[in-house]
Amino acid sequence: MSTVHLQHNRVTLALHCIKEGTGRPLLLLHGLSESAANMSSLRVAWNGPIWALDFTGHGQSSVPRGGGYSAEILMADVDVTLRHIGEATIVGRGLGGYIAFLIAGARPQLVRGAVIMDGPGLSGGAIQATSSSEIAITDRPGTTPDPWALIELSRDARPPNYAVTFVHLATTGSSLDEPIAVTCKVTPPWVEAIRAEPGVMTDISMQDALDIFAAS
Amino acid sequence: MTNETRSYPGARTPDRTRRVDADGVGIAVHEWGKESDPVVFLVHGGSDFARTFDVFAAKIADAGWRAVAWDHRGHGDSDYATLYSWDADIRDALAVMTSTTSQPAPVVAHSKGGALMMQLAEASSYRVSKMVNIDGMPSKRRMPDVPDHDQSRLLAGEIGSWLDYRHDAPTAIRKPGTLEDLAQRRAKMNPRLSIEWLEYLVTVGARHDSDGWRWKLDPTMRFGGFGPWRPEWSALRMASLTMPFLGLLGTVDEPMGWGARARDVMPWIPQGGRLEVLEDVGHFIHIEEPDRVSAMVLEFLS
Repeated sequence: MSTVHLQHNRVTLALHCIKEGTGRPLLLLHGLSESAANMSSLRVAWNGPIWALDFTGHGQSSVPRGGGYSAEILMADVDVTLRHIGEATIVGRGLGGYIAFLIAGARPQLVRGAVIMDGPGLSGGAIQATSSSEIAITDRPGTTPDPWALIELSRDARPPNYAVTFVHLATTGSSLDEPIAVTCKVTPPWVEAIRAEPGVMTDISMQDALDIFAAS
Repeated sequence: MTNETRSYPGARTPDRTRRVDADGVGIAVHEWGKESDPVVFLVHGGSDFARTFDVFAAKIADAGWRAVAWDHRGHGDSDYATLYSWDADIRDALAVMTSTTSQPAPVVAHSKGGALMMQLAEASSYRVSKMVNIDGMPSKRRMPDVPDHDQSRLLAGEIGSWLDYRHDAPTAIRKPGTLEDLAQRRAKMNPRLSIEWLEYLVTVGARHDSDGWRWKLDPTMRFGGFGPWRPEWSALRMASLTMPFLGLLGTVDEPMGWGARARDVMPWIPQGGRLEVLEDVGHFIHIEEPDRVSAMVLEFLS
């Protein structure tokens, strides 16, 4: 497994090549508290190259001082990655599934299908204003996974109507009729909302969705 | 390179400055008044910095308060951070508060600072004894009145533009200029503030490099944009506050303002709180009307 390092503002991202090949790449996105190493064992049939990214504060990517994570920042991690590997199909697990979904809406011309799988961090936090709490970490080791990533990304807000907006962006901007595939068994409100939208495949396995995207 | 300076009537350099380590991010703290006086925290808005309180804080300090303000991460003399978020700003605020006092203290907060402090006060009510919110109360986001499909297209452009900006961020550098240039640029966002004041702000909020003045604000930051946050969430937090509350609104819209109207805000004013509307005043109420606003605040704090 070879690794390239990409710069996302002040963060150095580790992008790992799991399988060499030609053709459209497959990008794997890990769940909350995981890393690309966890994704390398995913059983997947794909003809082209396969890459796996360590998000900011995870795996071999760098750890920012003082936290400040959001799902949108991780979406930008993926955007930096797509600039390097080009148009790709994306599989995301848990938190990575939500990020795969967001980038499919944000960059529909660069994402040829996004698959959402069960995994840690799939649900996210509140869908509306809730009683909040403020937390301090007094002794942070500076290693991954960054505790701030675990805290902030496990409670980032995911209102259903925000998610639906990204479905509309994906279906409007993509040349695929159905650019999103929901394969997860767990259906938090944001997943429930997008499952009902046109352009989203449901009741499908991860591999079947990949086969459809690969043939497109 | 010469160190150009400006003075401004009533503006006073802080009596003390110090730094607080907020989980590895150095936060610059500025204080006016005696250390033994009771504490009041002053909180600036987005793209501003603590020294924008140089006139207002001096008035508060002269009335017997220890006025404590800080530069938010990436602003003024605080460190540039890798990531910026609402929660991180609140944690930095708590680090400054903890370094100052263990007792609840009043907070006077402007614009984004006001919204941040409402969340902090709702989550940690034991920290805040009274709250003054200067035009940092929520209103519906302003958006052109266009059909839904065009709204989506606007959002797509907004997200794409934000992502492109992130790519360019590592090499971003603020454009240098003369002191007068920087004041004129800021005047576009602060059209109601005098050039004399804005030139003074350059001397305390910008640095003088060999090729000119640059605002200290982290060039990788970008305001506005998109995200899941909804203004009504802030309204719900405001309504939940239990400490005495004073809200101040101007009636004149400005580029940096939130467009809040009294009719939007009134339903969410906390029980026992009050809202004052100042006619013919813009977003920077305490800077436009320092005498009037400091008198209102001091009367409220007393």
